[in-house]
Amino acid sequence: MAEAYCELVIEGSIDASSSIHLENSLEQVILEGNSVLLINMSGLTYISSAGLGAFISKLDIINQRDIQMIFFQLSPAVASVFEILGLGDLLDIVADKETAIGKIK
Amino acid sequence: MRHLLSIAYDKQHLASVRTFVREVLLTYKISEIQIYQLVLAIDEICANLIIHSQNCNEHRSFELEIEVIPDRQILFLLRDDGDAFDITKYCTPELEEIITAGRKGGMGLILVKRIMDNIEFSKEKNHNICRLVKNITN
Repeated sequence: MAEAYCELVIEGSIDASSSIHLENSLEQVILEGNSVLLINMSGLTYISSAGLGAFISKLDIINQRDIQMIFFQLSPAVASVFEILGLGDLLDIVADKETAIGKIK
Repeated sequence: MRHLLSIAYDKQHLASVRTFVREVLLTYKISEIQIYQLVLAIDEICANLIIHSQNCNEHRSFELEIEVIPDRQILFLLRDDGDAFDITKYCTPELEEIITAGRKGGMGLILVKRIMDNIEFSKEKNHNICRLVKNITN
C-alpha cells in the first residue's frame, strides 16, 4: 500500500523578505490535517534564519498534532547551517526522498 | 582591497547584499561552504539593522564595507546611524527557548555569533560601527 504523505517542495532563496510565503504554505498543510510532511529541500539555494524560523515556530504544533516532518536532500551548504544551530538533533533530516518515505510510521 | 556597498533600509535589498558579499568573496580562495555561511551572517545582521534600526525606512541607507587580507582575515564593517544595537551585549536565547515559545526570530544573531570569530561594536560621532571578523586559513 502506498504511504500517504504531503510533500512540500521548497525552491529558491528564503530570507526575511520571502519567508512569509513558506510560513503560509506550512500553516496550510498543517491545517489540512496531513499527518506526514516530507520537506523537499533539493531546490533550496539559500535559507536564512527567517526561513528556519518558519519551521521552528511550528514545531510545537507539529509535535502536539503528532505530525511526522522529514526533511530531505539538503545541499551541503544548507546542511552546514542546520548543523551550526544544532537542528540535526531536533529535526528528522535524511539524504533523499526514498529514505524519507522509508521512515514514515 | 576594500569593497563598499550602500544599502537602503528595505528587506527587498537583502538579495543584492548577498550577491555583493558572494561576488567579493568569490575572488579569493575561500571555500563554497564558508562563503555561504559568511553571506548568511551578513544577511542576518543586515536584516536585523533594516528591521530594527530604522524600521524599514527605505529612504535612508547604511554602509557595508568588506576588506579581505588574503589567507588571513576578512573584515566586515557595518556603519549606520539608526538606533544603536550592540550585538556584543545581546544575550542570544537558547534554541530550546525559541522552540518552546514558538518564536520565529532569535536564531539570526545566534548564527552571526557562531559564524564570525570576533564581533565588536562602537560609536563614532553619530555612527554605529559593527565590526565582524572571520579568520581564514588555507
